[in-house]
Amino acid sequence: MTLPLYVIGMLFAVAVAAVPFCRWRGAASVVYGACLAACAAALTAALPVLTAPAGEASRVLPLGIPWIEAHLRLDLLAAFFLVVVNLGGAAASLYAIGYGRHERAPQRVLPFFPAFLAAMNLVVLADDAFTFLFAWELMSLTSWALVMSHHRSAGTARAGYIYLVMAGFGTLCLLLAFGVLAGAQGGYAFAAMRAEHLTAWQQTVVLLLVLLGAGSKAGIVPLHVWLPLAHPAAPSHVSALMSGVMTKVAIYGLIRIVFQLAGPPAWWWSALVLVIGATTAVLGVLYALMQHDLKRLLAYHTVENIGIIFIGLGLALAFETAGMAAGAALALTAALFHVLNHSLFKSLLFFGSGTVLVATGERDMERLGGLIHRMPVTATTFLIGCAAISALPPLNGFVSEWLTFQAILISPNLSHWGLKFLVPAVGAALALSAALAAACFVKAFGISFLGRPRSAEALAAREVDAFSCAAMIALALLCVLAGVLPGLVVDALSGVVRELTAASLPPQSSLPWLSLIPLSPQRASYNGLILLVFLLCTSTLIAMAVRRLASHAVRRAPAWDCGFPDPNPATQYTAGSFAQPIRRVFGRSIFRVEERVEMPEPGSLAPARLHLRLHDLAWEYLFTPIARAVDEAATRLNALQFLTIRRYLALVFATLVILLAGLALWQ
Amino acid sequence: MVQGLQMLLVLAIAPLLTGFVRWVKARMLRRRGASPLQPYRDLLRLVRKEVVLAESASWLFRVAPYLVFTAIWVAAALIPTFATGLLFSWSADMIAIVALLGTARFFLALAGMDVGTSFGGLGSSREMMIASVAEPAMLMAVFTLSLLAGSTQLSAVANFMLDQSVGLRISLGLVLVALLIVSIAENARIPVDNPSTHLELTMVHEAMVLEYSGRHLAMIEAAAFLKLVLYASLIACVFAPWGMAAAGDGFFAYLVGTGVYLLKLAVAGVLLAAFETSIAKMRVFRVPEFLGAALMLGLLGTLLLFVTRSV
Repeated sequence: MTLPLYVIGMLFAVAVAAVPFCRWRGAASVVYGACLAACAAALTAALPVLTAPAGEASRVLPLGIPWIEAHLRLDLLAAFFLVVVNLGGAAASLYAIGYGRHERAPQRVLPFFPAFLAAMNLVVLADDAFTFLFAWELMSLTSWALVMSHHRSAGTARAGYIYLVMAGFGTLCLLLAFGVLAGAQGGYAFAAMRAEHLTAWQQTVVLLLVLLGAGSKAGIVPLHVWLPLAHPAAPSHVSALMSGVMTKVAIYGLIRIVFQLAGPPAWWWSALVLVIGATTAVLGVLYALMQHDLKRLLAYHTVENIGIIFIGLGLALAFETAGMAAGAALALTAALFHVLNHSLFKSLLFFGSGTVLVATGERDMERLGGLIHRMPVTATTFLIGCAAISALPPLNGFVSEWLTFQAILISPNLSHWGLKFLVPAVGAALALSAALAAACFVKAFGISFLGRPRSAEALAAREVDAFSCAAMIALALLCVLAGVLPGLVVDALSGVVRELTAASLPPQSSLPWLSLIPLSPQRASYNGLILLVFLLCTSTLIAMAVRRLASHAVRRAPAWDCGFPDPNPATQYTAGSFAQPIRRVFGRSIFRVEERVEMPEPGSLAPARLHLRLHDLAWEYLFTPIARAVDEAATRLNALQFLTIRRYLALVFATLVILLAGLALWQ
Repeated sequence: MVQGLQMLLVLAIAPLLTGFVRWVKARMLRRRGASPLQPYRDLLRLVRKEVVLAESASWLFRVAPYLVFTAIWVAAALIPTFATGLLFSWSADMIAIVALLGTARFFLALAGMDVGTSFGGLGSSREMMIASVAEPAMLMAVFTLSLLAGSTQLSAVANFMLDQSVGLRISLGLVLVALLIVSIAENARIPVDNPSTHLELTMVHEAMVLEYSGRHLAMIEAAAFLKLVLYASLIACVFAPWGMAAAGDGFFAYLVGTGVYLLKLAVAGVLLAAFETSIAKMRVFRVPEFLGAALMLGLLGTLLLFVTRSV
């Protein structure tokens, strides 16, 4: 327990020390090196707790508001999320040792990066509402500062403004939720909240507030609007942390409150979470498919993965209300596994987009292409990340989706009829989002890394420094490892799952050949290791046979392209044209796509033009009306700014009377 | 042993099935048609030829044919054909088989985009559009089957279907139709795609592999042949599991199993050829509606099971 506290202290110290020295040339390497060391130390503290539950500990520090001291606790759930946070943090720090050299304004990044890491660690360790909210708000503000670090770029100011508003709104919701949880006695420590028994109405209020507060930070539809603006605007290693790690901290808050503090769930909680998850997954990936900015595509894809995690959590709640502990354990394991997986491959993909940005100065896929020839390491690791996030076996993304599917397949046992109708539809939505994710990443990799360069910058790209490459290689290896040896991850999760659902999956690491058997061998089993070995052996065999028997002759020639190759790279498929069939199939109803082709008169030499307009319904039907209403109210209340002191005093007096009257009536 | 034999068997007869379908189609059109053995000759010819590689092709373009072929072959190896009780069947279930086919498609679509020609991108884009509906439809069919059998393992499903107590079920009928639609789409057959044309505006699979030649093209063609066998075996294994040898049976049972399996493939081939000659190619944007029907059928099948029973 002391080690993580020292780590947090050290990160804050680094943040403060970075302020005077950040103009110094070697400062970036020192700061990021220190962050890397801190995250590694926190990892060594958190990992043993997961495997040996005896490591749980709590500590009360005399900090904060005098009569509410800072309660900190390292339990299994906190330990798991510490691992996720610090794994992502370590990778981002390693990457940034190289990437940070290209930073134009280090004074805007260096002090906030360690503070951001420390705040995320503190959220996970917090054991009372005050510490939690303080750390949560610190996390929001430091990440906001990091988003604003390139504040002169187009769109960054707007992204930062919307992010700040949404973050403030989220924290307000959480604050109110904790207020209800604390009850009449005002016990702000989590231990007191656990002991508190809420009425059904209070529970409902808490659930809705937490879904709004933690959900807006995680990026559920329709509260996702800030995420694809803010995540890409930050420097790439910060984008990786925000997308890969900070959204997971939000998931942590949700799990902590809904599973532990809010009391026994009702059946409709799970229905609500499942509907949110399914909508978020499908809409997130469809939005992602429509993007041509590489980082924005990745950010929208985070929304999809949050949806998948929500589906797992919703299933876990459903099984818990039905009293099926084994099912709840399976669904929660799937959700937590996906939390880990997403933090790995999303960080990897954001690192890849960062190196592309360094090498070409471009985020727009329509100006990239052919990078696989000039950036082999980035391309290969990015490809592994794409395959993993598309849930292709034998990589890690497939395992967590497979576990979620297994959880769906045992849900006919749920007794509630509403859930019986809902869960198959959720399964179809999950399958649909997985298939669309594959399309999305064929597009992302195919347009940016394959084909011919679409701009001079893409043609002149070079591979980046060794630190960035090392970070990407490490994450790619972890993606493969978690996919090939899923039993080890599931075993590491078993303690956490038992803490939350009173059951866990049977131990996996003792099974022969390290296979994964969530329930019983007759039901389902999966073995990534055997599958990988099988694939490797077969492909070696085939390659050898072809080498032996086939002709070896290879001739390089211009592309065939049905006999009419055009040397102009503009004749290639673009990101927009790749997505056109899917836009036509799904986009009519969801985006209200308006497509118009302007053909020139016959004989005219003017180019034909395609006008395309997509609508974001969340903006148009939710946020724009709210913004307009706030504007309207502000204009009307404007008059209150110019009153005389007499009238102000009258207002104060009236308010006081009304409040007292209300209190008297309520009593 | 059975595992190895089965892998060799599916590999050996894959070109024959495609050749047979082509031959039957030609006979139905009152043409003489090429011999059913023609695909073997084609593969041999391709393997002997030199590879003409586009100048802009990367290493992915050269690796992809092997990856695609391997993924499909491994998926085919996991489906019981003439005998159940395969050595590796427990290492991957039906969901993993669907995902392995997804892996093959992923790399083939990337290879289509690698050279940077308009035809390649067109093929990849349309392939992913078709897959984005076909894969969920296939998964919903898998869900229905595994809910019925109480397992996602294919051998367990086959054993369950062999059981006399299954009887006729509405969900099974729905799933059969859904699986047939999906397999037609995934194998690029009429009415979704036309396997025998080049240079047609609506082509999908052939556009993706347009730049391939020589041994690479041979691998991709062989993978396509294998995929047809895979889907035929999958449907046969689930809906007509009769005659399959069990784990401990003697030599004779295996022989009978093989004979019955070949017969099933022949029937599937004739049915496919008859279907293809009797229907016209669809416009590409009608394909999602066609596949959407499969998705809805699969969802309906699953929903019926959710409502009527508990596992």
